[in-house]
Amino acid sequence: MGRYLVRRLLQLVPVFIGTTLMIYLLVWKVPGDPFAGKCGDRGCPDNYRAMMTEKFQLDQPWFVQYATYMKNLLQGDFGTTWSGRDVGEIIAIAYPNTLKLALVALVIEGVIGLTAGVLTGLRRNGFLDNLVLVSTLFLIALPVFVVGFVLQWFFGVKLGIVKPTVSNEMRITELLLPGFVLGSASMAYIARVSRTSIAENRRADYVRTAIAKGLPMRRVVGIHLLRNSLIPVVTLLGTDLGALMGGAIITEGIFGINGIGRTVLRAIVTKESATVVSIVVVLVLVYLVMNLLVDLLYAALDPRIRYE
Amino acid sequence: MRVSKRASGAIAMGAAFALIASGCSSGNDDEGSSGASSSDGAIVVDGTEPENPLVPANTTETGGGKIIDWLWTGLVEYPNNGGAPQNALAESIETTDSKVYKIKIKQNTKFHDGTVVKAKNFVDAWNWGAYSPNGAQNASFFADIAGFEDVNTSDPDGDGPKKAPEPKAKEMSGLKVVDDWNFEVTLAAPTAVFPTKLGYSTFMPLPDAFFSQGAEAFGKKPIGNGPVSFVSWENNVAIKLTRFDDYNLRDKMKIKDVNVKIYQDDTAAYNDLVSNNLDFQQQVPVSSLAGDKWKADLADRAIPSTTPSTGIIAFPIYDKRFQNPKLRKAISLSINRQEITDKIFFGNRKPADSWANPLTPGAKPGNCTACQFKPDEAKALLAEAGGFTGQLKMYYNADASHKDWMEAVAGQVKNTLGIDAVAVGVPTFAVFRQNINAHKMDGAYRAGWQQDYPDVENWVNPLYVTGGSSNDGLYSNPEVDALAKQASSAPSLEASHELFAKAVEKIDQDVPSMPIYFGGQQSGHSEKIKKMELTNVGELDITSVEL
Repeated sequence: MGRYLVRRLLQLVPVFIGTTLMIYLLVWKVPGDPFAGKCGDRGCPDNYRAMMTEKFQLDQPWFVQYATYMKNLLQGDFGTTWSGRDVGEIIAIAYPNTLKLALVALVIEGVIGLTAGVLTGLRRNGFLDNLVLVSTLFLIALPVFVVGFVLQWFFGVKLGIVKPTVSNEMRITELLLPGFVLGSASMAYIARVSRTSIAENRRADYVRTAIAKGLPMRRVVGIHLLRNSLIPVVTLLGTDLGALMGGAIITEGIFGINGIGRTVLRAIVTKESATVVSIVVVLVLVYLVMNLLVDLLYAALDPRIRYE
Repeated sequence: MRVSKRASGAIAMGAAFALIASGCSSGNDDEGSSGASSSDGAIVVDGTEPENPLVPANTTETGGGKIIDWLWTGLVEYPNNGGAPQNALAESIETTDSKVYKIKIKQNTKFHDGTVVKAKNFVDAWNWGAYSPNGAQNASFFADIAGFEDVNTSDPDGDGPKKAPEPKAKEMSGLKVVDDWNFEVTLAAPTAVFPTKLGYSTFMPLPDAFFSQGAEAFGKKPIGNGPVSFVSWENNVAIKLTRFDDYNLRDKMKIKDVNVKIYQDDTAAYNDLVSNNLDFQQQVPVSSLAGDKWKADLADRAIPSTTPSTGIIAFPIYDKRFQNPKLRKAISLSINRQEITDKIFFGNRKPADSWANPLTPGAKPGNCTACQFKPDEAKALLAEAGGFTGQLKMYYNADASHKDWMEAVAGQVKNTLGIDAVAVGVPTFAVFRQNINAHKMDGAYRAGWQQDYPDVENWVNPLYVTGGSSNDGLYSNPEVDALAKQASSAPSLEASHELFAKAVEKIDQDVPSMPIYFGGQQSGHSEKIKKMELTNVGELDITSVEL
């Protein structure tokens, strides 16, 4: 177990370097002088562009820029935006917001999706099963921005139950609606995956044995069936946290949440490589760690899996 | 009174909506004005993240520009009705020859850090802005002042490998501090419009703290001398401002706090506005303009206004194919501007019929004969010009909502003249601007112009004079240059305006660009705001807000 962990952690290093290098190159390759569009339709004076280009070393070849960036990064300096703001500060504000939103979404999709999946998996072809199948199909088919705008308009503007956008305090109650929107598609997938998984394992030998032993049904489902059926669901949920954090651009825009999604979108458009790479670096770290956690959870869930 | 059925239905619906809206409002304003007296109230207005540190001479975009306009008060200010500028911080601006200006400032006005605004704060600020190694975006505004060339040098070979040489001097010879309250400005040539320019944000005074902290640190926590002072700037979230109680230049603010909430998405801001969670949105989203939805949503909270800005399509005159004025005029005459503003902008913008926006003092309305829609004359002119071979590309930046009207224009040109006109989107504004700056455009392109200061000069010199700061198409006509030069150095504004009118007549014959529409703005406020005004450029005048 310990050796496995060390090996996995060491694997993170090349993945980390590879992704940052790739993202850096991609941003660097985006066409356009980042300072040309800064002065509106007037066009920027050459002196301004020359000063900014020199200040941010954009006249250097990309590997020099990348090396400088990585050197600073290892010392904890994330660089600055074109407007001179500290990227580390921006991340410190934006990341917790997105994480909060993603966690709310994760809890909502986990609870609702899993409940629906277990109920329908145990009782297939009933009314509930059909209802869940149709409604999940609906959620999967609808793009997030449609769900977002419709719910925001209905609950925020029409009924006035909630505020249309989230305030800067990011209260949990305010996050319920955006969280639901963000998690809606994944919720549908989780319901469907857990339904299939439960239905399949329902016929497995060990379940029959457990029932034959005379165990109460609650124990059969709760301990034996659910634990084994959870593996694909946990995989889905684990990788989903990363996906939710990276994919929150639309939801954050609709509900006015200052998260990394809209920060990174703005940074890509303005070619602010320091911001893009720094945010993605943290995002990659979340992905990698979540993946590792999911793999470790397998062992906890399924006694047949052992890591050496 | 005759009211058509459809219209009366709409009125009834509007009335019904107003009833619902007022019925809903009572329980909705829990934030900000919680029972406090209105003079201590707070408002939340929409904004975008400033792109540069908040330094007046280095801010040209609206996100930061708005904040700067609120934080500072200049020597003169522009009245909200768009009229001639009035003295603000200046006690008097005197000149006998439009070349040497004696400026006396009001005594004992303060910066937000408590230091007194003195003459040297202006002189130092202007010298900083003009000094080229500081790279201020608005440096060219100081070019009128004697000695500008000595402090502002440019790259000798354009954008090439050589760097701009170190300027000879650090200070402009034309600026002289007389005493704490007086300074003298000597211009390189007589310029009647100079006092008008002084209300533009580039000419704001800077406190001593600016020079001790450096521009970047200062720009994170700016110190101005205006009706509000800076409190905090949380990235991408909000900029907070509060009333400056020592302000004595104009009416004091009737509210206390102004919070600028930064939105990424104007629809989100709009939903907040409709449900009274946002107190002011300067421009409602395009999606709400269709069918006047915004007027139905906001009822009496909707504020339609006009802004001194014009949407333009410019020609790259450096491209051989566009050097014949007859061809340019033919293209311009083939565009039905009325149809564009009616169908695409739902009447919220007006068809352009003059070269300078008519809201600008000195502008002559209706002086763009090339702006009319005359398909037959257009065809005849095109034939005279020998036709147009190849594709006529019309470029726009695709990261803002220009696609619809640019495609409509291209379609009209194609239908009227029978040439292959297409609208081409460039992905981002940065790439778009880069190509324009480098003079690499091979087709007409979208441009826009909003006046910096209210005078017709601002619509001619930068755009149509050889070497003008925004003459990106490299248009050059010696007659226009001569007239504009004469106009700029005329002894009085009236004489200057007459001469500019003559220069514009010449421009009208050459058609270096095509004015398409005059800007309109659709703003809205919350029910909390009882009274408010817009400034001459359409920003919220925060000193006028009453709750």
